[in-house]
Amino acid sequence: MADGGRRAPPGFWSQAFRIARKDLAIEWRNREILATSAFLAVVVVLVFSFAFVVGGVAPPPAVVAGILWVAILISGVVGLGRTFDRERDGDAIRALLLSPVPRAAIYAGKLMATIVLMLGVELAVSVLVTVFFNARVGENAGRIGALLLLGTIGFATVGSVFSAALLRARSRDVLLSTLLYPIVVPLLIAGARGTANLLDLSPDLDAVSFWTQFMMAVDIIFLVVGAWAFEPIVSAD
Amino acid sequence: MADSAIAPLQVANVGKIFGRHRALASVSATMNAGEITAILGPNGAGKSTLLAIVSTLQAPTSGTVRWGDVELRRGSPARAALGYVGHEPGLYMELGALANLSLFADLYGVPDGAARAAALLERVGLSGAPAQAPVRTFSRGMLQRLGLARALVHEPSILLFDEPSAALDPAGVTWLGTELQRERDRGRVVVLVTHDLDAAAALAEHIVILRRGRVVRDERRPGPWGASSLRTAYEESCRG
Repeated sequence: MADGGRRAPPGFWSQAFRIARKDLAIEWRNREILATSAFLAVVVVLVFSFAFVVGGVAPPPAVVAGILWVAILISGVVGLGRTFDRERDGDAIRALLLSPVPRAAIYAGKLMATIVLMLGVELAVSVLVTVFFNARVGENAGRIGALLLLGTIGFATVGSVFSAALLRARSRDVLLSTLLYPIVVPLLIAGARGTANLLDLSPDLDAVSFWTQFMMAVDIIFLVVGAWAFEPIVSAD
Repeated sequence: MADSAIAPLQVANVGKIFGRHRALASVSATMNAGEITAILGPNGAGKSTLLAIVSTLQAPTSGTVRWGDVELRRGSPARAALGYVGHEPGLYMELGALANLSLFADLYGVPDGAARAAALLERVGLSGAPAQAPVRTFSRGMLQRLGLARALVHEPSILLFDEPSAALDPAGVTWLGTELQRERDRGRVVVLVTHDLDAAAALAEHIVILRRGRVVRDERRPGPWGASSLRTAYEESCRG
């Protein structure tokens, strides 16, 4: 045998978790993504609060929900771009692609780390929205959390693919937003509509259930397409 | 001591076409274990493309790369036998030296990866480097040393070097040459893509000269070629 009994590399999920742990360790060291994303999200919430909170009266739930999701969308793009910048610096991505890690495990690892980071920012944004707009987030925290999780999964799923595709593009920050926003619009609409229902004094739980299922379906489609597209995109033959 | 039974690397009729541009046309060569093969040629000859195909980063349009009885291609488990050093170190710049090596040791499934990483830091002369300092604070020479340690972390049988001495100072070039010879003496397959004829002359027993995507010379000698004979061979091959 050519390799003289070489030891087999770890399994798919071990490698994916190791890649995610690496990304989170890097973020823990410099907190660059969390700081910039959270700062941007706070600015967005503050600007909207000055615009919409007039005479101490909070805007209707639909507007608050829109503000929450727009803040998440804008801050999420910044975080996504930076996650893959770290692969480009020092050409680390080449070493990673040369290792016996399946491309899908690289994708899964990057995805997990991005979701964790985005959820951290979303927690802070949700608290801010609750405070500034007197929103009833706490009363349906579980359901709102589920909508945010589904939105984040879908956003990170498709965003990671585009970030990888734009790894060596010069204007990647602009291109990422341009490509990503139109594709995640269905998630944004569903998330905002579902959240608006939950923030209402008398929530329409049937509507919430519909939007939750809609987001799950979109996430599944994005996950399948993302896992399929990631390998040819990073391989760049 | 040389590792036993490391098979040669065989490139057979490899071609690569990018759009309408033919980068490689039916390239064949055999790189033996315990030998340094230098792949030489002018800019655009196809050297880096050939190395990208051998390293499985790119798929050939035609032909195969075999290592012993297995085909080296994307998804093949035999890829774990490859180690690659390029002009960039292939490291995460925000992590420390030990964390970088431990990461790659884990991804390759190296048993006791932390101990292996520490031993490699010692070998490449970086054991005194601050353990927690991000490697972006390292000098170019230190990064290249660490890049070599990263490529060696899983004890690869095949080592591929793409212009590894670019931007290194003379002491760094000498050190790198010693490391290549050390791996050759351990019986590895060592492939070096370079523009530096002097470095190739001092190290390589086997030269493959490419021109316009074709092999124009493939020749072995019992020891390193020496500067004048390699330069003559190179000029003869690239003339016209």
